[in-house]
Amino acid sequence: MSRTAVMEGSFAVAEAVKACRPEVIAAYPISPQTHIIEELSKYVADNELSSKYVRADSEFSAASIVYGSSGTGARSYTASSSQGLLLMTEVLYAMAGTRLPVVLTGVNRTVSAPITIQPDHQDTMALRDTGVIQIYVENIQEAYATHIQAFKLAEDHDILLPVMVCMDGWILTHTFEPVKIEEQELVDKFLPPFVPKYRLDPKNPLTYGSYGDDEVPEFRYMMHFAMEKAKTKIQLIAEEYKEIFGDYFGGLTEAYKCEDAEIILVAMGSVIGTIKETIDQLRSEGKKVGVLKVRTYRPFPAEEIFEIVKNAKIVAVIDKSISVGQGGQLATDIKAALINKKTPPLVYSCIAGMGGREVNINTVKYIINKSENSLITNQVPDIDYIEIKRQYLE
Amino acid sequence: MVTTEKLNLLAPGHRACPGCGAAIALRQILRVVGRETIVVSATGCVETFTSPYGQSAWEVPWMHSLFENSAAVASGVEAALEAKGEKANVVIISGDGGTFDIGMGAMSGMFERKHNITYICYDNEAYMNTGVQRSSATPYAATTTTSPAGKNSYGKMEFKKDVPAIALAHDVEYVATTSIAYPQDLMNKVKKAIGIKGPKYIQIHTPCCIGWGFDSSQTIAMGKLAAETGLVPLFEVEKGKQMVVRKIKNTKPIQEYLNKQNRFRHLAKEDKEKIMEKLQEICNDNVKRFGISE
Ligand SMILES: Cc1ncc(C[n+]2csc(CCOP(=O)(O)OP(=O)(O)O)c2C)c(N)n1
Ligand SMILES: [Mg+2]
Repeated sequence: MSRTAVMEGSFAVAEAVKACRPEVIAAYPISPQTHIIEELSKYVADNELSSKYVRADSEFSAASIVYGSSGTGARSYTASSSQGLLLMTEVLYAMAGTRLPVVLTGVNRTVSAPITIQPDHQDTMALRDTGVIQIYVENIQEAYATHIQAFKLAEDHDILLPVMVCMDGWILTHTFEPVKIEEQELVDKFLPPFVPKYRLDPKNPLTYGSYGDDEVPEFRYMMHFAMEKAKTKIQLIAEEYKEIFGDYFGGLTEAYKCEDAEIILVAMGSVIGTIKETIDQLRSEGKKVGVLKVRTYRPFPAEEIFEIVKNAKIVAVIDKSISVGQGGQLATDIKAALINKKTPPLVYSCIAGMGGREVNINTVKYIINKSENSLITNQVPDIDYIEIKRQYLE
Repeated sequence: MVTTEKLNLLAPGHRACPGCGAAIALRQILRVVGRETIVVSATGCVETFTSPYGQSAWEVPWMHSLFENSAAVASGVEAALEAKGEKANVVIISGDGGTFDIGMGAMSGMFERKHNITYICYDNEAYMNTGVQRSSATPYAATTTTSPAGKNSYGKMEFKKDVPAIALAHDVEYVATTSIAYPQDLMNKVKKAIGIKGPKYIQIHTPCCIGWGFDSSQTIAMGKLAAETGLVPLFEVEKGKQMVVRKIKNTKPIQEYLNKQNRFRHLAKEDKEKIMEKLQEICNDNVKRFGISE
């Protein structure tokens, strides 16, 4: 029987990881990822989990350790945040390029400077080009389910890429919600032991990490191709999860009240909950508004997004990060998804929630209000910094 | 020994330079570790010349990832084997740059966590793969492309980092230095290391004809001289036992070693007597400290 308990987000993630029976875990502590890896060490100490748990000397080493263990055919897991994720960057490129199916939690926190432990998406956004699949979750239950699905996706022989489950630090890791914890037997059925396609094994000596003189374009292309295949796979896996556990958590995107919407907000992560709440309020006032949650950021579901927003008049994109000198990353990708299409909606790029600045119902209403004004004037600001303290800019 | 003598797990046709000391080290290492081995290497000459895609020279499973993480990758390999209840020798073969400098943190972590891994550093005393830049293994006063001699410089102005001592400070199970010029010594030490459980560190002196500037027929001779002058002491320390040092009957003056290499040529040219003396002092100190003289 499954059980439902009120628990902290981090513990729900740890429960999910435990249920997946990773053979090797390697990690290094950083807020707000800490509770996940602490809980996992406790399971190991209490013999509730038989993983080899390697307490790494850095995130760089943690990522390298799971690189080695995954290459040796072991189901492998790590987690980090912020500076730690950045320290892993070089390894993550190599991991994806070597096609190692590691699962990691990217507990979102901004990056220095200035240093703070507040959440935004700046850290995982910096990793979007690594070849690591990125799935952003909205709530704790989804974080739980997505971790279980992530192993199945990563280890699929058509995919073989690392998968990062991105969840907002503090907002999701340190809050409590009722979570349905699935029965171990069913998780085992959904996720059988990892069968590596290749591995380091003296019985069949293979070379990993070759010098590639003339193979780079092909290897990159194959990674991209695997990402394309992942678009279908993610949906199939979500459906299979629903069949076994009864709950569906969405594939690449989730459209909420978008069918007839004139204004569609687009965002990722925990802010979706706040936006849904606002949409419900505004709908009761007769406003035609909806929200599109981008769940899978890499691979980027451009076609699916276009299909959802094509009849809207304006799309307001909320980025909790910025590519300095360019703008919001998600907004840029949304614009790219709409280009070359006939009569695409306007795109209004909003930077909000950086460094943990609150995005509440009023913030969302403000964005919708500005979207309405844009429709009247037919003018969209290139980029809008929401609730910025103007006095700093003078 | 007769059967293992024939074992060659490094296929011919790799891309090492003629006279490459590191390639000689590889053959000697693989001869003793045998097939039940997984090797992890850092970026560097060995990685480059052994692993071109589709033309790997490795006949044991081999993994390269990055320059600075071979000790961590190997930690993961070992953890996976342990998790699966499988057995294989896990051996790292990385360069001095990947060991002394950029990979030091990962190696320290691996030692401290007590992984059952043999870390072998092939020490050619510079970053050879990228064009002979200085590393912290480069000997005092040697020129490299980033420590050239000039008006204001006599080459590398700092002493070689003592990594065996650092390994010992981690209380590892076994620490040894050896040289390709002494193949039996090298193979005995590698063999001993893989037979001991826990972290082990072996540093192999591997002369590099291109980087040091000597004729490719002289690689072994250069290794011999390095030991015979006392500049490179060969010893082993097994945990709980006394250090064993390879004795030298009549140590040779450092001049003999320096004269044969372009990287020290500037010392002869100009009035660098003090520097020469300093190098001789390093050798004398080694002879005393390690009791090298017979
Ligand atoms: C992070 C990083 N920095 C720099 C390099 C460039 N690089 C590749 S190999 C190398 C030097 C390797 O030196 P060493 O470990 O002594 O091995 P050798 O080439 O001498 O065999 C350098 C600097 C790199 N690959 N990665
Ligand atoms: Mg070197």
